[in-house]
Amino acid sequence: MTRQLTDRPAPAAGTVAPDRRRGRWSARTRRDFMVFLALALPNLALIAVFTYLPLINNIYYSTLDWTLGSASATVVGFDNYINFFTSADAPKVLGTTAIFTLVTVGGSMVLGLLVALALNSKVRGTTFARSAVFAPYVLSGVGVGLVWLFIFDPGYGVLSWLLRGIGQQSPQWINDPQLSLVMVIVVYIWKNLGYCAVVYLAGLQSLPKDVMEAASLDGANGFRRFISMAVPLLSPTTFFLLITTMLSSLQAFDLIRIMTPLGNGTSTLIYEAYLQAFGAFNRAGYSASISVVLFAILLVITVLQVRFVERKVHYS
Amino acid sequence: MSTLSPVNPDPAAAGRATAAGPETPPQRPRPLSRANLVQTVAAGYVPLILATLVVVLPLLWMVLSSFKQPGEIVTTDLKILPESVNLDNYHVAMTTVPFGQFFINSLIVTTVGSTVKVILAILTAYALVFVRFPFKNVIFIVILVALMVPPQVSILPNYILIAGMGGKNTLWGIILPGLGTAFGTFLLRQHFMTLPGSILEAAEIDGAGHWRRLWQVVVPVSGPSIATVALVTVVSEWNDYIWPLIITDRPETMTLPVGLTLLQNSEGNGSGWGILMAGAVLVIVPILLVFAALQRYIVAGLTQGSVTG
Repeated sequence: MTRQLTDRPAPAAGTVAPDRRRGRWSARTRRDFMVFLALALPNLALIAVFTYLPLINNIYYSTLDWTLGSASATVVGFDNYINFFTSADAPKVLGTTAIFTLVTVGGSMVLGLLVALALNSKVRGTTFARSAVFAPYVLSGVGVGLVWLFIFDPGYGVLSWLLRGIGQQSPQWINDPQLSLVMVIVVYIWKNLGYCAVVYLAGLQSLPKDVMEAASLDGANGFRRFISMAVPLLSPTTFFLLITTMLSSLQAFDLIRIMTPLGNGTSTLIYEAYLQAFGAFNRAGYSASISVVLFAILLVITVLQVRFVERKVHYS
Repeated sequence: MSTLSPVNPDPAAAGRATAAGPETPPQRPRPLSRANLVQTVAAGYVPLILATLVVVLPLLWMVLSSFKQPGEIVTTDLKILPESVNLDNYHVAMTTVPFGQFFINSLIVTTVGSTVKVILAILTAYALVFVRFPFKNVIFIVILVALMVPPQVSILPNYILIAGMGGKNTLWGIILPGLGTAFGTFLLRQHFMTLPGSILEAAEIDGAGHWRRLWQVVVPVSGPSIATVALVTVVSEWNDYIWPLIITDRPETMTLPVGLTLLQNSEGNGSGWGILMAGAVLVIVPILLVFAALQRYIVAGLTQGSVTG
C-alpha cells in the first residue's frame, strides 16, 4: 500500500504548507489516510499498550489488596493510599525523596553553572574538558555505582585512605542511613552535573557578547556583575534545567539499587515502590499506590513546566 | 564548590591577580603582563583541570583497579598503579558469572531494540510531517505526553503484562515494552519540519510515492538527526537497568547491567573489588568509546530542547 506511486503532483506536506492546496483530492485523502496509518500505527500501538495502558492499570492495581504472583486479589478502594500515608514509612520516604531531589537538583545546577563558566573561558582544551565532564551522564548507572562504592569502601576505598591520611576514621557509608543518602547524592551529582554544565554552556554562549565581556572582567567585581547580569538572562535555561533535573531525580533508580540495595536511608518513592513489589513482600497493590503518588507529583511538575513555558520566563 | 569558580578558584592566586589594589577601577591588564598570565591560569585552567580530574580520576581508578590482585587492594597502604597489567580479574568475572552471555544479550537487545526504534521513529515522523491526516495534531500531542510519562511508574503493570504473555526471562520480553518511541519521533519530526518542501515536490513530480520519497529523499538528507536518535537510543538501551532487572532472574537472559548486579552479589566482599571493577569496565568502556567517537550527536540529542528558539 505504501509503495503506491502517485500519478500526478499532489499535496506533499500538509503541515509545511497547509494552505497552498487543500481538499481537492478526496480519493487521495483516503489513500493518504491509509498511508498514515500504515506508517504510524505500529509505533502508536506500542506507545498505547506500554506507556498509556500501564498508567490506567497502575491506578486499578492501587485499589487492590494483592500479593504479586497470587491469583486472587481483593478490591480495597483507597486502603493502600491510607495505609501508605498513615504508616511510619511515609514521612521517611517522602522526606528522603524531598532531600534527595532538592540537593541533587540544586547541587548539579550550581556546580553545572560553575563548570559551564569554566568551559566558557577562552583557553585551550575546553572541547576535551566539555566531553569529559559530560561523559558520566551517558555511562551505565550500575557501573558508575560500583566504581563509587569501591571508592567509598570503609576498608579499602580511596576515600578511607585519604581520611586516614588526615588522621580520620572512615565512616560506615553504607550502614549509616544518613551517610548512605549523602553518598548516593554525591555520586548522583557527579553523574549528572555534566548535563547541566553543557546546557548552561549553550545558554551562556547564546547571551549577548557585551554581557559576557563585562562579566568576565577580573576579580570579585566581575563575579558580582556576572551574578547580577548573566544569571537573570539565563533564567530560561535555569527553568528548563530545574524541570528536567527534577523529573530525572525523582526517577533515580540505578545508583540507589546498586549502592544501597536494601534502601537503608535511601528509599525514595520510586525505590520504595520497587522494594514493595519486587522486594521481600511482593505487595503489588501497595506498590502501585506509591507509583500513582509519584506519577501525580511528576504530572504536577510537568504541568507547571507547560504553564510557565507558555507564559515565557524569557528575558524579563 | 567555590574551588570550581572560574573567577576566584584559588584565594592566593586571586590575591596576586588583584594585588594592584581594590580601589583601582577594573582595567584590562596588558596581554603579556604577569597579572594577566596568573589570571588566565587561575581563571581559565585551574577550574577546567579540576573539573576534568573530578570526572576522569574515578574512571581511571576503575581501570587501574581492574588489573590489581586481591593482595594489592586488601591492604592499608594504597598502591596507585597495579604491579602488572594482568587480566585475572576479567577471567574470574567471566567464569563466576556468564559474562560472555551477558555481553551477547546486551548486544542483541541494544541492536534489535535500537534498529526497530529508529525505523519506527522515522516512519512515524514522516507520517506526521508529510502525509495528510485529519487528527495529526491530536496524535502529536499523544506522542508529546508519552514523552513525559516516566517509564519507572509503568514497571509493575508492564511486568504483569509481559509475564502474562510468557515474556519473563526472554530477550523479546526485555525488548518489546521499550519499542514504542516518543523521543525519536519527536526529535525527527522537529527536523523533518525544517526540510524545504521543494525537494519533496521535485520527487513527487518525478512520480515518487511516499515510500520512495521517504527512503530516497528524506532519509538521505537527515543523516545527522537520525544518527542523533540512533546513538541516544543505543546508549539508553545499553544502560537500561530497571526493566531487565525485573523481567529476568536467570543468567541466560540477563543483560550486562543486570549481570553486574549478579556479580556484585557473589563478589561483594573486600577481595572482590578488582573483579567488580573488571565487570564495570566491561559495561562502561563500550559506551565510553562510542561517546568519544560520536559525542557531538549524543550531546546534541540528550540536551535537546534546552535552547529554545
